[in-house]
Amino acid sequence: MGIDRRSFVVRTAAAGAGLLIGVRFPAAFAAVQENEKATKKPVANPFDAYVHVHPDNRISLIVAKSEMGQGIKTGLAMILAEEAEVDFKSVSVEQADTRPDIYTHMGTGGSGSTMENFEPLRRAGATVRGLMIAAAASKWNVSRDECEAKKGTVVHAKSSRKVTYGELVEAAQKLPLPDPEKVELKDESEFTLIGHATPRVDIPAKVNGSAQFGLDVRVPDMKFAVVARCPTFGGKPARFDASKAKAISGVRDVFEIPALGRDKFTAGGVVVVADSTWAAMKGREALDIVWDHGRGAAETSDSLNEELRAAASKAGKRLRNDGDVEKVLSNGGKHVDAMYEFPYLAHATMEPMNITAHARDGEAEVWAPTQSPDWVQRTVAEILEVPPNKVAVHTTYLGGGFGRRYMADYPAEVAQIAKVVREPVQLVWSREDDMTHDFYRPSACHNMRGAVNAAGHPVAWSHTIASTSIGGWWDPPEQAAPEKSEVGGALQMPYAIPNVRLEYNAVASVVPPLWWRSVEHSFNGFAVECFIDELAAAAGKDPVEFRRSLLVKAANWKPRFEDDPNPARLRGVLELAALKAGWGKALPKGKGRGIASYSSFGSYIAEVAEVTVKDGSFKIDRIVAAIDCGRIVNPESVRAQAESAIVYGLSAALKNAITVKNGAVEQTNFDGYDPIRINEAPAIEVYLTHSTEDPGGMGEPALPPAAPAVANAIFAASGQRLRKLPFQLKSA
Amino acid sequence: MAAIRLLINGKSHDVEMSPDTPLLWVLRDNLSMTGTKYGCGMGLCGACTVHLDGEAVRACQTPVASVGTKKITTIEGLSADSSHPVQRAWIAEQVPQCGYCQPGQIMSAAALLAKTPHPSDEQIENAMVGNLCRCGMYQRIRKAVHRASLSAGKGA
Repeated sequence: MGIDRRSFVVRTAAAGAGLLIGVRFPAAFAAVQENEKATKKPVANPFDAYVHVHPDNRISLIVAKSEMGQGIKTGLAMILAEEAEVDFKSVSVEQADTRPDIYTHMGTGGSGSTMENFEPLRRAGATVRGLMIAAAASKWNVSRDECEAKKGTVVHAKSSRKVTYGELVEAAQKLPLPDPEKVELKDESEFTLIGHATPRVDIPAKVNGSAQFGLDVRVPDMKFAVVARCPTFGGKPARFDASKAKAISGVRDVFEIPALGRDKFTAGGVVVVADSTWAAMKGREALDIVWDHGRGAAETSDSLNEELRAAASKAGKRLRNDGDVEKVLSNGGKHVDAMYEFPYLAHATMEPMNITAHARDGEAEVWAPTQSPDWVQRTVAEILEVPPNKVAVHTTYLGGGFGRRYMADYPAEVAQIAKVVREPVQLVWSREDDMTHDFYRPSACHNMRGAVNAAGHPVAWSHTIASTSIGGWWDPPEQAAPEKSEVGGALQMPYAIPNVRLEYNAVASVVPPLWWRSVEHSFNGFAVECFIDELAAAAGKDPVEFRRSLLVKAANWKPRFEDDPNPARLRGVLELAALKAGWGKALPKGKGRGIASYSSFGSYIAEVAEVTVKDGSFKIDRIVAAIDCGRIVNPESVRAQAESAIVYGLSAALKNAITVKNGAVEQTNFDGYDPIRINEAPAIEVYLTHSTEDPGGMGEPALPPAAPAVANAIFAASGQRLRKLPFQLKSA
Repeated sequence: MAAIRLLINGKSHDVEMSPDTPLLWVLRDNLSMTGTKYGCGMGLCGACTVHLDGEAVRACQTPVASVGTKKITTIEGLSADSSHPVQRAWIAEQVPQCGYCQPGQIMSAAALLAKTPHPSDEQIENAMVGNLCRCGMYQRIRKAVHRASLSAGKGA
């Protein structure tokens, strides 16, 4: 995820009242951009955000970033207020209209919102500050150097004069814009907001029920709709009888919608429209549907897992090949073989999928809890056969995103329904719909072979990944690069080992795959960090010392791959986590410590887990996390995101799996797929490093190290290696 | 269909509903009181927690006809101005992330503290184990319940 500094542009545009500055962000979320290439034309006015300084001293930052709990509205306001020299409270972040003709990047994902926005918003803020100083200096006929910006005013100390930004906007608007690359940024020592814990602006509305999520949208005369989808992926209704459903009080209409293909991937099914959610659900229960299950019915998790193991055991597409792994592995020395297995996982956002739409003549209005409002707009427009600019999309709060809310399937469904209903209609997915028709974290098997020499140095590392593939599913066949979203972090395996090989094999499945929080890092982090631990054990070395000795930054170090981690930064967090966790201090029998250190999304995180193993079960006593995420905007949000990602990752390690039988998901609600609860959540300590590197992401990167740290701790406590998720200990 | 009178947050509401309709959907769809959330429909996640005569119950498992004359309190009625000690503690500890489960978490915590003003960690776990938070903010929830307990104890 490279950041292109050159793409930053600032320019004034006509403002109704006040000063308006356009901001362009660098290249956003790569995967989505590729997705957009096909459908998106170049735009005439390519700004991604606007800063509007009002005559009453308020500043609006108008930006298309979705708030799903990551605190982005707070973080962006902090960056802007810092450089603009205004009170944080005077900045409000407003959700941009869905206008791809104005805003080029509207998506929120890939842990990218701070990474993308940090520098452009600093420069935009500094531009505001510079213009205000220039306007005041000109007004007073004094030198700019004698003027200082403070809390939304410009002060001329010599003459004790003072003027507010609001009073200056008219004059500032007429001034020539400075070159954004040359505006003077504040020195770190002058920061009063960036790097200082700041309460989130979205929290007050989230403690009194007033925050409006997608499911909370209420429009006069609205209807509610649910869809009966074939439980088997790829299946469809053969025939149905709606007479009993239509007899239910409140049910208004029943009709079929077809499945939609690539990019939308909807299941199709039978729609029940009613006056209330409950009537729609009761109506759906009363439908008589005979399903044509189709070819998908042949798939079970057992057969898929066998295919994955077979695919991981044969040669694959070679992606990295340092030295000669085969030669070393066919020689003597101590060999280690391990196979790691990962199930499908559901996102299971607390707010199930939903969306509200009103199709009118030649136009439509949509209320969507979405990470990609522009994709919603295109999708709805296409289905309703109206121009995209006639579809107004309002982004609500998101009750969890984790990647799931990037998708256009539920928007496509509501458009199909709204086309028939013509009144405002809210499409509601039940928990069962959400669990059984998600797009799932790919299922994978990793075959690892390694060797350590007599001196205890690792000399060979062979990693073969077999997985169901996001790229293979999504991309048109002619562009297919099935390894694309499956090998990150394994390709960049950071340890200095002379012979390294990575190969990949995709396995076909009927289960639709997708980015799940941290994407492939969720399994590659586990495989890499558990296997290095296995090699350390084979070498008879301490796991921290072993890793430390292999994280060497040569003087001429340069990234070999995109997102190649800097070994020195990784070693830094490894050492900090070990220090804070008291690594090396004796523990009572039955307790153990494990470590994992990993880089993803531009951040470096090491985690130490402490566990107690007793009578064939285990408990996580605490997790200590050390984080280097580059420059920190809001430490409070960094901590919260780390805690969240750790618990999300531990849910997968301890409990969760999606399994398939006859082509259908077996888990239907939280009884079968139960995330970690309060009694299972470990104490988490987070330590942040001070760094002046560019900001890294924080939505995802604390997740990958959590599960391997726990697995390695269980090994330390019990001698058992857990290589299959979710963990199952052998009984004592 | 039946005519049902409900006493919600101190006000009476008359609704015409099929008597088996869960209280959750009456609140959300008939009365547009959307603070009480739908999460699972099976009493597994706690997002729909409300108080019936001060007891925390799952509104998705409460047929509207079973409520009778019991007083219903929802997140909207916990306080007029977010001043309930639990709400204040939730802000102080910066508990919510996405925030979707938090009305249910707050209602469960408020019911616990009304009966057990100074709960132990174990009592907090027992009272809150039915409330899922997919953002995983359990450590903050635990701290916030303790904080609310202290502030309530001071007569706040």
